[in-house]
Amino acid sequence: MSPRETRLDRALGAAPTVTAGPRPLAEMLAFAWRAILKIRHNPEHAVDVVVTPVMFTVIFTYLFGGALAGSTDAYLDFLLPGILVQTVMFTSIYTGFILNQDIQRGVFDRFRAMPIWRPAPIAGAILGDVVRYTVSAVLVLAVGLVMGFRIEGGAGALLAALVLLNVFALGVGWIFTALALMVRTPGTVMTLSWLVLMPVTFGSNIYVAPETMPGWLQAFVAVNPVSHITTALRGLLGGDPSLSAIALALVTPFAVTAVFAPISMWLYGRER
Amino acid sequence: MSQAILTEDLSKSYGPTRALDGVSLSVPRGQVFGLLGPNGAGKTTFVRVLSTLIRPTGGRAQVLGHDVATDPGAVRARIALTGQFASVDEDLTGRENLMLLARLIGLPGNAARARCAELLAAFDLEGAATRQVSGYSGGMRRRLDIAASMIARPELLFLDEPTTGLDPRARADVWAIVRRLARSGTTVLLTTQYLEEADQLAERIAVIDHGRVIAEGTAAELKARVGSGVLKLTLRDAPAAAEAARIADRLGLEAHAQDDPRLLEVPLTGADEALPLLSALTAEGAAPVDFAYGQPSLDAVFFALTGHGAEPEHEPAP
Repeated sequence: MSPRETRLDRALGAAPTVTAGPRPLAEMLAFAWRAILKIRHNPEHAVDVVVTPVMFTVIFTYLFGGALAGSTDAYLDFLLPGILVQTVMFTSIYTGFILNQDIQRGVFDRFRAMPIWRPAPIAGAILGDVVRYTVSAVLVLAVGLVMGFRIEGGAGALLAALVLLNVFALGVGWIFTALALMVRTPGTVMTLSWLVLMPVTFGSNIYVAPETMPGWLQAFVAVNPVSHITTALRGLLGGDPSLSAIALALVTPFAVTAVFAPISMWLYGRER
Repeated sequence: MSQAILTEDLSKSYGPTRALDGVSLSVPRGQVFGLLGPNGAGKTTFVRVLSTLIRPTGGRAQVLGHDVATDPGAVRARIALTGQFASVDEDLTGRENLMLLARLIGLPGNAARARCAELLAAFDLEGAATRQVSGYSGGMRRRLDIAASMIARPELLFLDEPTTGLDPRARADVWAIVRRLARSGTTVLLTTQYLEEADQLAERIAVIDHGRVIAEGTAAELKARVGSGVLKLTLRDAPAAAEAARIADRLGLEAHAQDDPRLLEVPLTGADEALPLLSALTAEGAAPVDFAYGQPSLDAVFFALTGHGAEPEHEPAP
């Protein structure tokens, strides 16, 4: 018998003792670890979602900032909180992208044939998302600080802003998760997600105050959840937090979760 | 002791398409069982039903004594699945893939690391352990995929077309692994499109076509029905091929015409039948310009069993 066969026989003959039955927390952490490994191996995804917001920040601030707000510094203070919202929303697209990729590549078949807590793969991916949202928001914020943005509200406000951004993105992310479970290719997830995100990010108060917009657009901006969280973040980071704005900003993520999380779990459990 | 797999009239329909059309099979424990059939015959659907990924639409299926429909959790705890398309994560390294699964089945940190190292060494993946799977060859992926299924020792392993798309060298590696698996006492359900593979690896073989089992038995029993070999003849031209077919017929052999009119395939029960035929052809002026003796193709098996060749179809959309 060759040494190779001996090694194989020994490995195949060994029976490691395993803990039987689902252990939701440990499994969730294992999937979160996987999500973080994916970020490490695909840093271009993180760069992708950070580069666009940074580009927008630079262009809008230096090109239009003076004309829009009197000075580039004043405009940056106005713009950056909304850019952070845009950043985490772009990042949340990748949640759907990665999920769809897993399904197409057959990776999920193996998980689904294992004796684990059924929602663990999705719950773990969401946990990993918190890391991605925080990293991308902090990166964009760092560029903003270099350009002259100041956090008036201090460390507490920064922490609150990051939590708010995460809650918002995790909520909105359920839409893309449901989408990823419905369409065939990761590319379709991307295309459809951009189609949703473009109008809601531009049709908001992120770039300009809505006063000069036509009435119908003002009406849209007023009900757009992106505007609500942008307003809440401006208050927080600008040192003038408003509880009612924060509460309003939280309505959408919770409503979306209540509707789309059950839909997603149903789609995930469905046969394919 | 209960059977590893026991199905009664198992069926699975997708709308009007019957992917499984009443499969009754019994697979004993401790052996490699081969499921042989062309693309679209229902092999993958059968594996997906038994591994609890999809629910049957009719009939019953028990895996290791547990019903797949009413007790899927008990089934999942005892099986492992290596899918038709390597179900490993391309973005992760080989070691990370194994570590993830080791953690999921509940191996504590140190034991998980030790087990992964042991498997990587045993499956010749040590050198590639820290490389992303996207850079692996087809054979390496398949070995990792099988290793991933063996972290805990499953009582039953599903190997869905483990060598499809592999080059001969990589195929030989997978065969060697399956043989060691069989020796270790693991029950294996192996699906394949190649008679040779089922013959080499499986103790019993079921032939499946259009969602039905059309033959079942040991490799020897199956070969007794379809012939253990086939003589492939290349004649000078089409008239010579027609003449050769007449001569074969006179000797009690059946020559099958091929797409190329100069080619004939003659199923034989053994290599010793080839010599009289070749001598007769040479003596009567229809000597082949080339010939080869080999295992019958899947097509020849189907011809012998059903009277028609294997018709590859597309699996119904999953």
